[in-house]
Amino acid sequence: MIAAKGPAVAAVAAEKAVEGNMATDSRIIIDLRNIYKIFQMGNVDVRALRGVDVAIEEGSYVAIMGPSGSGKSTMLNILGCLDRPTSGQYFLGGEDVSKMDDDTLSTIRGQRLGFIFQSYNLIPQLTVIENIQVPLLYQNVDMKDYEEKCIGLATLVGLEDRMDHRPTQLSGGQQQRVAIARSLVNDPLMILADEPTGNLDSKTGSEVLGLIDNLNKSGKTIIMVTHDDDVARRADRVIRLMDGLIDSDVSRNGSNQTVEDDK
Amino acid sequence: MLGVKSLMLHKLRSGLTMLGMIFGVCSVISMLAIGEGASHEAQERIKRLGSTNIIINSVKPPEEQASTTSSRSFILEYGLTYNDASRLQFTIPNVHNVLPMRIIRENVQFGRNQEPCQVVGTLPAYPTMQGFELVAGRFLAMIDEKHQRNICVITKGLAHRLFPYQNPLESTIRIQNVYYQVVGMVEETGTAEQRPQQGEMEGEPLDNNVYIPLSTAKVRFGETLIRRNAGSFSAEKVELHRIILKMEDTESVMAAEKQISSLLQRFHEESDFELIVPLQLLREAEAAKRMFNIVLGSIAAISLLVGGIGIMNIMLATVTERTREIGVRRALGAKKKDIVAQFLIETVVLSIGGGLIGVCIGMLVPVFVQYFTSMETIITAWSVALAFGISGLTGIAFGIYPASQAAELDPIEALRHE
Ligand SMILES: Nc1ncnc2c1ncn2[C@@H]1O[C@H](COP(=O)(O)OP(=O)(O)OP(=O)(O)O)[C@@H](O)[C@H]1O
Ligand SMILES: [Mg+2]
Repeated sequence: MIAAKGPAVAAVAAEKAVEGNMATDSRIIIDLRNIYKIFQMGNVDVRALRGVDVAIEEGSYVAIMGPSGSGKSTMLNILGCLDRPTSGQYFLGGEDVSKMDDDTLSTIRGQRLGFIFQSYNLIPQLTVIENIQVPLLYQNVDMKDYEEKCIGLATLVGLEDRMDHRPTQLSGGQQQRVAIARSLVNDPLMILADEPTGNLDSKTGSEVLGLIDNLNKSGKTIIMVTHDDDVARRADRVIRLMDGLIDSDVSRNGSNQTVEDDK
Repeated sequence: MLGVKSLMLHKLRSGLTMLGMIFGVCSVISMLAIGEGASHEAQERIKRLGSTNIIINSVKPPEEQASTTSSRSFILEYGLTYNDASRLQFTIPNVHNVLPMRIIRENVQFGRNQEPCQVVGTLPAYPTMQGFELVAGRFLAMIDEKHQRNICVITKGLAHRLFPYQNPLESTIRIQNVYYQVVGMVEETGTAEQRPQQGEMEGEPLDNNVYIPLSTAKVRFGETLIRRNAGSFSAEKVELHRIILKMEDTESVMAAEKQISSLLQRFHEESDFELIVPLQLLREAEAAKRMFNIVLGSIAAISLLVGGIGIMNIMLATVTERTREIGVRRALGAKKKDIVAQFLIETVVLSIGGGLIGVCIGMLVPVFVQYFTSMETIITAWSVALAFGISGLTGIAFGIYPASQAAELDPIEALRHE
């Protein structure tokens, strides 16, 4: 069902299905297998991820926690197809992302993923409504068909009367809400958020988090990096990273899948 | 559409960036227009000389010998002769017509009015070979030539000066001590080279001409002309001042030139004649124009190159400045080629915009030049198309590098960029 999007992607998916591995379980949307990410800094190798194995089910709400420098953002970037692992395999909806070319990755990001960044990352010269439309620009769609949808999303995040404003005229919380609306415009399967409330006060933060909660309730898979335990409590699964390894992996239903890695 | 938007946000910068392009295109168009006008003017003048004509002038030879002999009674004998004219007529192939001319400077009088002018002795065929328009009466006829009649045809300008009130036709004018009846009035449409005047006297009108039959000229003026200046006098014996050959067609002109030279050289010890071949002048003018166009082309190429580099420079700065935006767009699904397209559109809009403004200014400049200097200018469609096309191409050529730089940015690196 996920594989139905994009012919190139579908072909890869079909191939995987024949192999008969994990992808046969349709409930698994993300499957990381022994992911390594090593940054070459001159002569020094920075090992940001050192063999991460994670499987995430569709529709779940996952918080990634851990001390600074533990590899959370690195992991999220790999999940978001913004970066490739140094080694290991990443199956997204059953397709091996690590083998895809740059254009296919762009297509996946544009069609299936929504991003919310800590620093909002709106385009300053565009208005609110135009910012919401940006992901559609790269989807070969007729913008007119989506006008109502974009207005609807602006309304959803409570910015219906700010649509012609520019990001610099908005507060941080309002900007982040624009970013949320933007992440939803392409109807993604999964939303990736890297400390979405990191720059917001607790009240605005909880407003934004409320919006994200609602998205999860409507069936979107949410993966969110956070430092805040209160924020993490909203998730139904918390993965803790430590020095590029999974330290603990706790689901709300009680099952504790702490991974102890020997390396 | 995106590209245009971000250009509008930086109006000053975009405007300054376009300046290079504007000046490039503007200078190309206006220089080409001025060049085209100048060469058109030259070519027209040469064409009016007649592309099938060959003009031979008598030229006073260099005066080395003159200084050695006594200058008092020395008669300088040089130039073309009647024999030359008939030899040319019978030996040069494909000659359509040969027109001999005597040109004598004299004062012409009518009553109290007196005008310095050129008395031209020639044959009735003259109007068929020169730029000429009969205004009134008739031109010289064969019968006048045969009987050495004292008749003349005068130019319109001279008629105005000599006869402010009278009808010149049927009046008589006096040259030296002989009276000539005016039978016709003509208007010169020829060029300066064509006219008998050699610009010997400053401020003299170029159309003070009196045409008389060649035979009359021979009888009335003789072959020796005496000139007095400042006490001493010099005498010159010149039979013919000019011979114009009309060839059958342009093909025979070039061949005839050499034959004429060698023929004349056989009978002239000194080089006392010159050949003017309008066709050759035309070819030379065309070659000069080609040369001019090459020079202009190089200048144009350089100025457009400079404009292009200006645009590239700004675009590279823009890419750096907007690295974050590029990262965001890539994260939201933009492919490399989308980013390339966005930046390429910006450069193309900049250069085409600059090109358009340049075309407008470039078309105004020649108009001003023509107005203030009365130089002829011609704006050709191809020069506009060329300048405009090149500006567009420059935009693409110099936009590709910054655009690909933008697209090659790693999405996360771009997102991290501050
Ligand atoms: N582009 C990079 N080049 C070099 N090293 C990097 C790069 N990105 C991350 N790292 C290193 O990888 C490790 C993990 O970085 P990461 O950004 O994933 O940490 P994080 O868990 O997100 O930390 P924080 O909570 O501070 O955001 C760090 O040691 C960091 O220095
Ligand atoms: Mg981080």
